[in-house]
Amino acid sequence: MQILVALLSGLLFGAGLTLSGMVNPAVVLGFLDVAGDWNPALLIVMVSALAVALPGFRLLAGRKPLFAPRQFVPTRSDIDVPLVLGSLIFGIGWGLAGICPGPALAMLSIEPGRAVIFIAAMSAGMLAVHLIRR
Amino acid sequence: MPASGDLIQAAAGGALIGLASVLLLAFNGRIMGVSGIWSNLIRASEGFGWRLAFVAGTVAAPLLVGVLRGGVEIQVDAPTPLLALAGLLVGAGTALGSGCTSGHGICGISRLSPRSITATLIFMAAGFVSVAIMRHVIGGGA
Repeated sequence: MQILVALLSGLLFGAGLTLSGMVNPAVVLGFLDVAGDWNPALLIVMVSALAVALPGFRLLAGRKPLFAPRQFVPTRSDIDVPLVLGSLIFGIGWGLAGICPGPALAMLSIEPGRAVIFIAAMSAGMLAVHLIRR
Repeated sequence: MPASGDLIQAAAGGALIGLASVLLLAFNGRIMGVSGIWSNLIRASEGFGWRLAFVAGTVAAPLLVGVLRGGVEIQVDAPTPLLALAGLLVGAGTALGSGCTSGHGICGISRLSPRSITATLIFMAAGFVSVAIMRHVIGGGA
């Protein structure tokens, strides 16, 4: 059942990315381009997503999931150097091509050639960090 | 400035994204953070099955949307070396920072996590600066 839920969640997520234009780097870069012809779409996407997720998460706080033994949620609340540095690096990379992990995967079925390059490099970056920090 | 129809679709798409995250938490107890989902998938650490299923859904969705709407068009301007560098930084940054736009930006903020709120503010600011430099200082590029 967890597999089916994950599949459904992925489908809804991918559909949301596609419908909203978030799978299109040009639209994402349009939002990040505050000095240029600004596109507010990404902001609307986030506000809309939070309008659903905030109350949803609040309702689900501390509740046992229907198909799992427990929730697997982060417990830390401290702000440390890896968080800050990592977010900086991620943001810079995000601004270079307008692509982040979710849209990169969704892009596989639209522009597979471009997506594979990005995903391969992204995977290398992830593996490198995990190797170094072990 | 995009057409109002595009902005309405942005709202609808955002709602779907929010719904997806709520479903994953409600049923599987998992955070819909794509960087973590992918990173754990490629390292085969745990939960390989549900992670693969989530990724499969994400990849398949644009095809289904495309069927309903006669195709999906996107614009990927970054030349290959820049695309690869961007990917590398996104991979390293999300691994180091423990999350991305879905993990921190949607799920983390929805949990009122100070870490996620901080992370989101930082990667947003970094994104703004990155694009400003690329487009208005260097010029050309993505």
